[in-house]
Amino acid sequence: MSLAHRIIPCLDTDGVRVVKGVRFEALRDAGDPVALAARYDRDGADEVVILDIAAARDQRPTFVDTIRRAARQLSIPLAAGGGIRCLDDARAVVEAGADKVTVNTAAVSDPSLITALAESFGSQAVVLAIDAARWAGGWRVFVRGGREPCGLDAIAWALEGARRGAGEILLTSIDRDGTQSGFDCDLVSAVAGAVPVPVIASGGARTPEDFLHVFERGRADAALAASIFHDGDMAIGTLKTFLASHGVTVREAA
Amino acid sequence: MRIALVDYGAGNLPSVERAFTRLGATTERSTSAAPLERAHAIVLPGVGHFGALAAALDARDLRRPLLDAIGRGIPFLGICLGLQALWTGSDEAPAERGLGLLEGRVTALPATVKLPHMGWNQLSRRGERTSRLLAGLPDAAYVYFAHSYAGPADAAAVAVCDYGATFAAVVERDNLFGVQFHPEKSGAVGAGVLANFLEAAA
Repeated sequence: MSLAHRIIPCLDTDGVRVVKGVRFEALRDAGDPVALAARYDRDGADEVVILDIAAARDQRPTFVDTIRRAARQLSIPLAAGGGIRCLDDARAVVEAGADKVTVNTAAVSDPSLITALAESFGSQAVVLAIDAARWAGGWRVFVRGGREPCGLDAIAWALEGARRGAGEILLTSIDRDGTQSGFDCDLVSAVAGAVPVPVIASGGARTPEDFLHVFERGRADAALAASIFHDGDMAIGTLKTFLASHGVTVREAA
Repeated sequence: MRIALVDYGAGNLPSVERAFTRLGATTERSTSAAPLERAHAIVLPGVGHFGALAAALDARDLRRPLLDAIGRGIPFLGICLGLQALWTGSDEAPAERGLGLLEGRVTALPATVKLPHMGWNQLSRRGERTSRLLAGLPDAAYVYFAHSYAGPADAAAVAVCDYGATFAAVVERDNLFGVQFHPEKSGAVGAGVLANFLEAAA
């Protein structure tokens, strides 16, 4: 009897349609986020993340509308983000039905945004997204969709984010993202061992064993993936059955 | 059936509204005393800080009408912070008062585990008491939690959960119902809990 490890499909969108990122570039269309979110709810996903990776200012209302339509379909938690720059941006997606907001670049530019969000919506609604890459024996934080190094150490930044009120860390390995070469378990373990809040591992998932490793070696509380679920390469139910058979606590469909 | 959803600015109110809508029920947002007086059932949602809830109940003069309605036997469901409001107070905001309908206080989950307690955890039913909210639902069902504080696992608790400590997950006493988890976010099991509340209120 314990907290289940969560499996979280992530929908990277251009605001309207799901696109797929390989090393954060080379996008291709992969479907309607509302239909996909509903399918993942039925398939036993523990949560859904919808990101606006284009985060174009003029497309903002369409993304908020996507969140609103997806939230109507979902009976599980929904996190939304991408281009959240201020309290008002966050409020728009929360009012549209997101249970959590992810912040990334804007939090690096102004860490007090994390605290402001936690005070407005509660820590449980604030997810600090960190894109990290290996760098000189450690991991550095990158911003602007993983393109720019910002000089912060990933573990130190995760700790500061939690101290400022983030209720969760969504940790993406830039080195592994889109490569399907497995999660960066060393990165995940280093952060999960350091912070007092749950860590969602992201980047590199391909096989059920990858998930097993990130929960066992990486000590992740949740694992996120996109393309392997969208392409139908892996069914969430099958993945959970595999994990349960290896002693990982998961919520299996009733 | 008129279901009043107490609206004091809680973040999860729209989710709770949508969950009842999916069950075919109609809810009415209630920002003042009047809708509570004619409601057939009352739902107090909530997520966030105990102090904000207590202050909001005071600012909107909702304490007395809530207590009166519950006293008249109107079925009441508190969700998450809405359940915590039923105890006398919370260590999260020691200066603020709860509704005091349940004995004891809300305390912090131990710092030996990661907080918030966030995600899907299992319910553990208590003894021989049958739960009306959990009727027909699987034993040890997984439900979605998002909280750092919780109420005591005492006699009012028909189901508990373990996370660092054992706390009240489902509370039932006469017309008083409360869940520490979020039924509006707990998939089919959560929908079942809300449907059972509607049944109990019918």
